[in-house]
Amino acid sequence: MATAAKTLGFIPRPTAETGFVSWLTTVDHKRIGIMYGVTAFLFFLFGGLEAFMIRLQLMKPNLDLVTADTFNALFTMHATTMIFLAIMPMLAAFMNFLLPLQIGARDVAFPRLNAFSYWSYLFGGLFINTSWLLQVMDPTRRAVPDSGWFGYANLTTVNFSGGMGPDFWTIGLLLLGIGTLVSGFNFITTILNMRAPGMSLMKMPIFSWTTLVTSVLVIFSFPAITVALLMLMFDRQFEANFFNVAAGGNVVFWQHLFWTFGHPEVYILILPAMGIVSEILPTYSRKPLFGYSVMVFSTALIGFMGFTVWSHHMFAVGMGPVVNTIFGLTTMAIAIPTGVKIFNWLSTMWGGRVKFTSAMLFALGFIMCFTIGGLSGFMHALPPSNAQQTDTYFIVAHIHYVLIGGSIFAIFGGIYHWFPKIFGRLMDEKLGKWNFWLMFAGFNLFAFPFHFLGLMGMPRRIYTYDAGFGWELWNMVSTIGVWVLTLGILLFIWNFVQTMRKPVGTAADPWDARTTEWTTSSPPPAYNFKEVPVISVRDDFWYKKYPEKEHAAGHGRGKAQTIAHAAGAVHEAAGHGGGHGIHMPGQSYMPALLALGITLLGYGLLFSNMVTTVIGVVGIFAGMFGWAFEGDGGTVIEVAGGDD
Amino acid sequence: MSLETAHGHEHAEVTNTGIDNRKLGFWLFLSSETIFFACLLVGYLVYHGQNGEGGPTPHELFNIPLTSISTFVLLMSSLAVVLGVFSAQQGNAKAARGWVAATAAMGLVFLGFQAYEFNHFYHEGLTLSSSLFGTTFYVLTGFHGAHVAVGVIWLLSLLYHGRKGGLGQDKAGDVEIAGLYWHFVDIVWIVLFTVVYLLEAAM
Repeated sequence: MATAAKTLGFIPRPTAETGFVSWLTTVDHKRIGIMYGVTAFLFFLFGGLEAFMIRLQLMKPNLDLVTADTFNALFTMHATTMIFLAIMPMLAAFMNFLLPLQIGARDVAFPRLNAFSYWSYLFGGLFINTSWLLQVMDPTRRAVPDSGWFGYANLTTVNFSGGMGPDFWTIGLLLLGIGTLVSGFNFITTILNMRAPGMSLMKMPIFSWTTLVTSVLVIFSFPAITVALLMLMFDRQFEANFFNVAAGGNVVFWQHLFWTFGHPEVYILILPAMGIVSEILPTYSRKPLFGYSVMVFSTALIGFMGFTVWSHHMFAVGMGPVVNTIFGLTTMAIAIPTGVKIFNWLSTMWGGRVKFTSAMLFALGFIMCFTIGGLSGFMHALPPSNAQQTDTYFIVAHIHYVLIGGSIFAIFGGIYHWFPKIFGRLMDEKLGKWNFWLMFAGFNLFAFPFHFLGLMGMPRRIYTYDAGFGWELWNMVSTIGVWVLTLGILLFIWNFVQTMRKPVGTAADPWDARTTEWTTSSPPPAYNFKEVPVISVRDDFWYKKYPEKEHAAGHGRGKAQTIAHAAGAVHEAAGHGGGHGIHMPGQSYMPALLALGITLLGYGLLFSNMVTTVIGVVGIFAGMFGWAFEGDGGTVIEVAGGDD
Repeated sequence: MSLETAHGHEHAEVTNTGIDNRKLGFWLFLSSETIFFACLLVGYLVYHGQNGEGGPTPHELFNIPLTSISTFVLLMSSLAVVLGVFSAQQGNAKAARGWVAATAAMGLVFLGFQAYEFNHFYHEGLTLSSSLFGTTFYVLTGFHGAHVAVGVIWLLSLLYHGRKGGLGQDKAGDVEIAGLYWHFVDIVWIVLFTVVYLLEAAM
C-alpha cells in the first residue's frame, strides 16, 4: 500500500483543521451534516423565492407579473428544489449529524463516501440551477426545466420540449441520485454494523430507526427513477424510442417508473421527519415514547407499503376499475400504521409534564398539519373522489400540508431541539415561539384555502385565471399567508444569526433529554465519544441519569446489568478499552474531486461538448484512483482521561 | 483498492453483524443494482414485440450458438474469480494474480463478442432509433456490457495493486469484493441471456 500511495496517490492527504481546505476535505460526519444543513437551507430560501413569485402572480385574476412560460419554469423548479435540494438534504443533515451520535459510533461506516454524497448533492443542485443563468443569458435555449416535477413523458420529449429544460432536469437528477444512493448504503451499513455495545436494534433511538427505513427506501426506489431518467436521456440525446408514441412507445410507462420511485420518495421525505418528532415529544413530555415497538413496526410497514401504492397517482390515466380499486385499497391501508403513529404521539404526551418549548410547538404543529394532510390524502385514495380532485388545488393543498406542515415543521423543530448539540449555543426561545406562531399561522393561511380552491375547480399549474369563478378571495388570502410565512422564516434567520454571535457554552444536556447523543459535550468533540458507551436499555442516557425510574419503567435491572456486562466484555474484546488512543479517518480531496468530475461529465453530455466530457472523465478516474490508492492517512488522537 | 472504514483497515473491526463494513455496504449496492436491471428488463418486456416499421426482428438477428459461446466464457470467468479469491485467502499471492488476470481476460473476450454482435446487428439495420426492439435491446444489454467493462477496469486495477508480490492475504478482502461484483454481473447476464435470447428462440 505504501508504494502504491506514492505512485497513484498524487496528492498527500490534507490535515488542515480550520479554514477552507478543512471543510473541502473533511470526512467528519458532524461537519458534513452542518454543510448539508446550510446548503439545503440556502436552496430552501431559493425555492421559497420561487414560491413567493408564484403566489404574487396568482394573487389577483389576470396578473402578468411573469409570462406563462416563466410560470411553468417557476413551479417546476420550485417543486424540484424543495423536494430534492431542500427537504431531503435537510433531513440528511440530521441523519449525518445525529446517527453516529445516537448509536454510539465515532463516524459513519464510510466517511469519504459520506463526503462524496455531500459534494455530489451540492454540485448536482448547482447544476440544475445553472439553468437559470443560461436562461438569463440566452432565453432562446429555454434552459430552465418547465415540464413539472414529475416530468411526464411526451411533455419532456423533444417534440414537445425542444429546449434544454428537460436535459438539465434529467442529468441534474441523475447526478443527485448518485449521492443519495451512496448515502443510503452508508447509513444502512453504519446502523447494522456500528452500534455501541448493548444497543440492539430495538434499543436504538427512534430517529435512527427512521433513518434505517428511509435508507432502505432510497436504495430500492432510486434505481427506478435512475432507469426512467436514463431512458428519457437516451430518447432526447440519442433518438431512442422509449417514450416515442410513433414507434409504439408508451407514455404511461414513464408514469409507472416515475411513481415506483415517486411514492417511496414521499415517505423518504416524511419518515425522518416523523423520527424527529418522535424524539422531541418524549423529551419535552418527560415520558418515554409511547409504544416504541409499535412505532418501529409502523415505520417499517409504511416503508414496505410505500412500494405498493404508486398507481394511486395515476387513477385518472384509465387503468381500469380493478387496478384502481386495488391501489385505492393499498393506499387506504397505509393510513393504518400512520394513524397508529399519530395516536402514539398523543399518548406520549398524555399524562406527561409537557413543556411548550419552540421545538415542542413545532412538533405539535406537525401533528396537527400532518393529520390534515393525511386526511386529504385518504380522500385521494378513493378513485371516484380522486377523479374530482386530480390536478386541482386540492392536491396542492395535500402536498403542502404533508411537506410544509409535515416535513418542514419537523425540521424546524429539530433545529431548535438539536441546535445546542450542533453549535453549542441555545437559540432564543422567545423569538423561537414567535417564529413558530408566524410560520404556523402563515402556513395555514397560505395552504388551507387551496382545499376550497381545489373543490371550486381551480386547476393546478395555471399561470392566471379570469375573475368570476369565485377564486379571488382565497387566492388573495393564500398570498397574504405566504407573506406571514416568509416573515416567520426571516425571524428564524434573525434568531440564527443572533445566536451564532453568542459564545459557545451550552451544557451537554440542556433539555434533560433521553438518548445517547446528549452524553457528549455541546458541540461534540471530533471523535464523539472518549469511551464508546455501553447501552443497557432503551433511552439509556435517561435511565443513567435517573436510575430510580428504571425499575418503575419495568426494566428489570438484573437483566439490564447482565446485558451491560456481556456487552462490556465484547467491548473490551473489540479493543475499545481506554488507553489505546482513538483512530480518526484521514481527510481527503478525492470525494470532492470525484463529484466534480461526474458533474463536468454531466455538463459535457448536456452541451455535447467533447472537451468538457474528457475533462470530466479524467476527473472521475483521478478521483477514483486517488481514492483507492491514497492510503489510510488517519491520525490517532490520544485522549486524556480515557479510562473513566 | 480501499474503501476505508471509520476505523481504518489495518486491524479487523468487530462489527455488530460480524460482516465487514465494506462487504455489507457492497451487498447493499448490489441489491440496489438488482432493481436497476429489473427496471431495464421490465422496459424490455413491456415493449416486447414492438418492431415498428419492419426493422429486423430478434428471430432474424440472434445467433444463439455464438452468444452461447460468449456466455460460456463469462460463466467460466466467474469460476476464475472464485479461484482468485480462494488463492488470495490461502496466501497464494501469485496464483491469485494469475486468476484475476484470467478473469479480466475472459471479461474482455465477452466484451469483444458483444462489440461484434452490436456491430453485426447495426449493419443488419437495427439501431437505437430503428425500433423499440432496437432501443430496449441496446440499452439493456449495453448497460450490462458497461458493467462488465467497469469490472474489467476494476480487475486490472487490482492487478496494478498487486504488481509487486501478487494478491496475498492482506489483499484478499479487496479481491473478494471485486469478485462479488463480478459474480453479480454474471448473474445478470444469465437472466438476460435466458429472457432476451433463449426465450425468444423458444417462442
